[in-house]
Amino acid sequence: MKILVPIKRTIDYNIKAKVTRDGSGVVTDGVKMSINPFDEIALEEAIRIKERGEAEEIIAVSIGVSGAQQQLRTALAMGADRAILVETEEATQPLHAARILLKIREEEGTDLVLMGKQAIDDDANQTGQMLAALWGRPQATFTSKLTFEDGWLKATREVDAGLETIAVELPAVVTTDLRLNEPRFVKMPDIMKAKRKPLDQRKLEELGVEAPAKLEVGTHEPPPERKGGHKVESVDELVAELKERGVLS
Amino acid sequence: MSRTLLIAEHDGKQLNPSTAKALTGALAVGHPVDIAVFAADAGPVAEQAASLEGADKVLKVERAENEHPLAATLAPQIEALAADYSHVFMPSTTFGKDVMPRAAALLGSPQVSDIMEVLDAHSFKRPIYANNVIVTVKAPSDTVVTGTIRTASFKDAPAGGQAEITDKSLDVELPGHSRFVELEVHKSDRPDLQSAQRVVSGGRGVGNKENFEIIYRIADKLGAGVGASRAAVDAGFVPNDMQVGQTGKIVAPELYMCFGISGAIQHVTGIKDAGTIVAVNKDPDAPIFEIADIGLVGDLFEIIPELEEKLG
Ligand SMILES: Cc1cc2nc3c(=O)[nH]c(=O)nc-3n(C[C@H](O)[C@H](O)[C@H](O)COP(=O)(O)OP(=O)(O)OC[C@H]3O[C@@H](n4cnc5c(N)ncnc54)[C@H](O)[C@@H]3O)c2cc1C
Repeated sequence: MKILVPIKRTIDYNIKAKVTRDGSGVVTDGVKMSINPFDEIALEEAIRIKERGEAEEIIAVSIGVSGAQQQLRTALAMGADRAILVETEEATQPLHAARILLKIREEEGTDLVLMGKQAIDDDANQTGQMLAALWGRPQATFTSKLTFEDGWLKATREVDAGLETIAVELPAVVTTDLRLNEPRFVKMPDIMKAKRKPLDQRKLEELGVEAPAKLEVGTHEPPPERKGGHKVESVDELVAELKERGVLS
Repeated sequence: MSRTLLIAEHDGKQLNPSTAKALTGALAVGHPVDIAVFAADAGPVAEQAASLEGADKVLKVERAENEHPLAATLAPQIEALAADYSHVFMPSTTFGKDVMPRAAALLGSPQVSDIMEVLDAHSFKRPIYANNVIVTVKAPSDTVVTGTIRTASFKDAPAGGQAEITDKSLDVELPGHSRFVELEVHKSDRPDLQSAQRVVSGGRGVGNKENFEIIYRIADKLGAGVGASRAAVDAGFVPNDMQVGQTGKIVAPELYMCFGISGAIQHVTGIKDAGTIVAVNKDPDAPIFEIADIGLVGDLFEIIPELEEKLG
């Protein structure tokens, strides 16, 4: 089995995004960029599957600016075998990204696409499901446990009601939730080794993927500020204020 | 044709409260709204959906494969139904998040996720970057509009409706590559987190699973639903369905009280719609105090018993 792992370059999860002065987007100048945390979990899972001998090759793919090479190098250092960067300056929306990933998957002939359930920039939570739809293959989203048996995979999914288990036939798309695993730290020697692993750069225009309908993105604004209140000194004061606010009788 | 389709969420017997909230969002578009109930036996749920005020028609789509909501089998049916609609919505719950994008892709529609405000029939506001930025997006007018509706942003559509219930059969071939195995429901008699008027949450500061009893106790005293931070879930204090935040549930109670939670942005995302936020933390510099309406610095193991006593 070959596994494709999409990797998105996003603002680091520890950083609170700020709207640019003209409201056209968010500030990225001088801001730390990282691998989308959910994608890192997907990659970790792919590596564990390979370590168990259930996969032969892991291909990391990113769609984005040339700087995304940095995240792909990290992915290679973690344990991906090779990487592909589909280079574009445009912020690709989920439906477009799904079409691009479909094309790369076809070229590579991977049986499993293991990806983050959402990217922490647009928080769309769509690309995996859309890829599965366009590919005509099953999806197992929000997965927190994954096993393989006889050409099928069993996924435990984190749903609002609790934990749901489904079985889907390979090839398939799996999207990851946070509790699937804890990604490893990359070690210095791995970073050195990763420099020699192949990273194939391709221009989006040369892929021959038609751009789908898209959302027109308008103004960005900060959310209404919650006026942080104040501290009280005692439980008595707390109870009194809750009564005053009418939330306790 | 200007008509909106809302897909009902249910467990086979009960309509999920997210549907009533999503209906309010769907009605804001300004077109008649039909509710589709996909089930093996849609009868009871269809009755409940029909009683929501504002629903125009309720469509029962009954089929054995619809016993469990699998995206792979629901999406092609939604695609077929969508032919009669300009808009298709689902609630922004794990159900809607799983199914809607699959249907949207089949329809060639760029989905609008987590709609928090409807500006006009094609323009919406939605949160991005863990709710730290709100963006306005406009859906194209030449394809069906698809979206998920952020339930914390809309009130329940009231009861009192009498929508007509009709059967709808769809001639769609369904794939056999996806199977439901089981659903492990964490049973609780406490109010549902996403619709509770009061929510009490505990974080890593609670320490362990046994200590979490203190959180349940104060919650029961208040008649509150119980939530938790990711750290508390990861550490095994409570099951995953209690997680509040960016990757858990978005709650909008009148009163949110959290104990031993630091206030990471991913957690705060889930509680910004609450009426009054109360935080108890022993660290006076914990970021949770920056957004809490009322903060109390102290040890939760001393404060909770005292609070219980004072609540009588
Ligand atoms: C992509 C991503 C998504 C995430 N999604 C979520 C999410 O949906 N929900 C979520 O909650 N987190 C989420 N997180 C995790 C988040 O970043 C934090 O790690 C998490 O919220 C921390 O939980 P906590 O506040 O319980 O723990 P901590 O940050 O460890 O805080 C514990 C707090 O308890 C206090 N404390 C300790 N003992 C006591 C005591 N006896 N009395 C009073 N106070 C005490 C401490 O002072 C401290 O402030 C996500 C992270 C990532 C990267």
